Amino acid sequence: MSDKAPAQVAVPEKTKPTPARETRGLGSGTLLGWLFLLPAIVMLAVLVAYPIVWSLIRSLFGADGWSDFVGIDNYKELFTDDNTFTALKNNLIWVLVVPAAVTALGLVFAVLTERVRFATAFKLIVFMPMAVSMLAAGITFRLVYDRDPDQGVANAVMTSVHDVFSEGAPYPGARPRNDAVLTPQGGGFLTRAGTAADGTALLPLVALPANKIPGDARNARPGVPAAGGLGGVVWIDFSKGNAGKPGVVDPGEKGLPGVKVEAVRGGHTVASTTTGKDGSFTLPASAAEGGPVQLRLAASNFAKSFAGYDWLGPNLITAAIIGAYIWMWAGFAMVLIAAGLAAIPRDALEAARVDGATEWQVFRRVTIPLLAPVLVVVMVTLVINVLKIFDLVYIISLGSSQKEANVLALQMYIASFGGGNNQGLGSAIGILLFLLVLPAMLFNIRRFRRENR
Amino acid sequence: MKRLVGALAVASMLAMGLAACSDDGDGKDKKSDSTPSGGGAPVPRLDGTTVSVAAVWTGDEQAAFKKVLADFEKRTGAKTEFIPTGDSASTFLGQRVEGNAPPDVAFLAQPGVLQQFAQKGWIKPLAPDVQQAVQANFSGQWQKLGSYQDKLYGVYYKGANKSLIWYNAKVYENAGATEAKTWDDLLKNAGLISDSGTPPFAIGGADGWVLTDWFENIYLSQAGPEKYDQLAKHKIPWTDPSVKAALETLAQVFGKGDWFPGGSGGVLQTEFPASVPQAFGDPPKAGMIAGGDFIGTNIIKDTKAKIGTDAKFFGFPAVGTGKAPVVTGGDVAVAMKDSPGAQALLKYLASPDAAKVWAQQGGYLSPNKNLDFAAYRDDTTRGIAKNLIAAGDDFRFDLSDQTPAAFGGTKGEGEWRDLQDFLRNPSDVAGAQAKLEADAAKAFSAG
Repeated sequence: MSDKAPAQVAVPEKTKPTPARETRGLGSGTLLGWLFLLPAIVMLAVLVAYPIVWSLIRSLFGADGWSDFVGIDNYKELFTDDNTFTALKNNLIWVLVVPAAVTALGLVFAVLTERVRFATAFKLIVFMPMAVSMLAAGITFRLVYDRDPDQGVANAVMTSVHDVFSEGAPYPGARPRNDAVLTPQGGGFLTRAGTAADGTALLPLVALPANKIPGDARNARPGVPAAGGLGGVVWIDFSKGNAGKPGVVDPGEKGLPGVKVEAVRGGHTVASTTTGKDGSFTLPASAAEGGPVQLRLAASNFAKSFAGYDWLGPNLITAAIIGAYIWMWAGFAMVLIAAGLAAIPRDALEAARVDGATEWQVFRRVTIPLLAPVLVVVMVTLVINVLKIFDLVYIISLGSSQKEANVLALQMYIASFGGGNNQGLGSAIGILLFLLVLPAMLFNIRRFRRENR
Repeated sequence: MKRLVGALAVASMLAMGLAACSDDGDGKDKKSDSTPSGGGAPVPRLDGTTVSVAAVWTGDEQAAFKKVLADFEKRTGAKTEFIPTGDSASTFLGQRVEGNAPPDVAFLAQPGVLQQFAQKGWIKPLAPDVQQAVQANFSGQWQKLGSYQDKLYGVYYKGANKSLIWYNAKVYENAGATEAKTWDDLLKNAGLISDSGTPPFAIGGADGWVLTDWFENIYLSQAGPEKYDQLAKHKIPWTDPSVKAALETLAQVFGKGDWFPGGSGGVLQTEFPASVPQAFGDPPKAGMIAGGDFIGTNIIKDTKAKIGTDAKFFGFPAVGTGKAPVVTGGDVAVAMKDSPGAQALLKYLASPDAAKVWAQQGGYLSPNKNLDFAAYRDDTTRGIAKNLIAAGDDFRFDLSDQTPAAFGGTKGEGEWRDLQDFLRNPSDVAGAQAKLEADAAKAFSAG
């Protein structure tokens, strides 16, 4: 690679000069050529070849250094260790998902920007994340994915969208004073004992923050059934220090207005009502005609509002980090593909259009095949890059989800410097990573060769 | 076209190279300017010598410590140079030793590192007069922590008290809860606070060390200091019944899903700095938070709560029949060179005078028993300091800091991660023990 000057401009084949060939015959020129190459060769030897060989040798030794020859034990450990296995699995997910997604997105952006005004501005914005360091992007996305909707944009959007479609319950989080009276049932609460037609039910709840008790709530009174009715009271059975008796309406305890109460028999709702300002309710006596009924405080009273997703939790963490990566690299793919698009001969497109092809057909049958070499370069570059992913994973994942987000480069760092200080194992992982990247590198190099021949 | 593809490929490689270069190093060494030596300082005179000090402190802490160094300069005429070590001090110092350029004095945060350095001969024993100063000013336990094979190496200049529970006075008042003296009391009060409509505990469980501190306080009180020492050295396994008892006790809190803002899932997504405002923000999302004296700094920095009125604290309660635990942390100063300057600085750091300089600036606790409590700026710090000194020899150093870092000090690994898994599934005590033991065995055999 080092013997090829990066071409700045695409030069038409015919006028391409071939200086390398012309000087090849001259002995002094060859010597001079080597002389000029020497600094590059020395640099490569010191910075590339030496570390690779060194890592390879080091990977045969244990944590204690050169006195601790372990042969291929590090490699054995590598393939039996759960952490490395997770890392390998995640690397596979990355390689399968990211290059394809980034290239597709880049292609869409590149094609669309050809057709819009302010294309340059648009491209600039999409490309801008590339100018941000991985570290800064990682910290930014750590915030974006914060669980608290007041901090994390992702959950703020999720919860706002959700709240548009469903209204929150009035008393989220409230629960019965004790299980003896009310038992949880499908988000609501059901009385254990039946209530007779002329009975009174005391339904005590706790764990409601003061700011959730409506301002117009009145003190609860022990429920008095209306004439011929079935009644009761739903109230907050809490006074400071739990001074009052549990399950008894003590002075000063507030009733809960607007609670939906249902009478249930054999699983069917036979009557329902809502509580008044002092938490009292009355159901028609007819509800209990066929014997005692159970009372249910409907789930709709207590449903907790949607709090967003655990982006940084063990289940979503890899997807979340991949999202951040795509945000960063879509612009990179777009710029390269746009350059490729600009170089496509217009006459081919025009010819297709003249022949009656639709825009989609032109795109599918002409543009994409002509772009294929560029797309492949972008993909392969991304594969190499993605295999080495470290920074984003290290920064975005939390201690409680780092294991699930693990990738090889991170595992290499953890093994080498993360407390265990086993640089032998770390070197072994490094070699594995190198072997995985190698095919993609060779593929790229072969391409350059072919294209420059 | 083909040519273009090649150019693009090269350009893309360059772009990757640039992206890879964006990493950044740590802060640079700062050379302190020469200060003309002040007069009237007691011996020893060290005019013309420079004493370099490496420590992890940044920001306010660094500024405060530099005042301590300035006082040392004034007394001795020596110059000092402060070298920030960055987060992993032991790696940094190891590199300095390899490069034959160790600082005169370094501060270490873990007793295990002191042992390791002493074993390698990287640090020097204290001179006789410094030893006398340490013996006069520190309790036996602190001396023990600063020793390797019965030789004194370190001066514990800065301490931390990790056995406190900070609470939101308004939430407590609203629920009618009181400061707990026993674990059962604490659970009862937590239940009260929960009934009043506020989750009782904020826990920054995304940071594993927050959970290890919980465990250590319970274990020290319940199993006692002897077992604690044995577990720290892995002389008893984590499958020991005492560990089981401690985890079961811990599960009495961890197992209550609605006792934390956002439930257990919320705890595991909350890092320590974010957990403090949960307890002291407006409106409060939790009633109390267990942790060290350093929580005071977070309260001042990140909330509007006033310490002493809005935010109060009490000592971690006694569990079972045990005594109330005092788990500590601290920074120990060691000599990395055989220089008179290093020993002189250590002797100075062992004195109450040196402790007083930082105590007056706040954000500091001294393990020095001869420091007058009046030196502390406010009553809260004074209270925490009294709690620390009163423990005498009964306190114990943070257990996870005494174990190999792979077990007790690495994000996402070892004990940190195992306790996070335990929080996720508090009913599986045996499983948690098995995992802890497996990780501990691996780390101790490698260390």
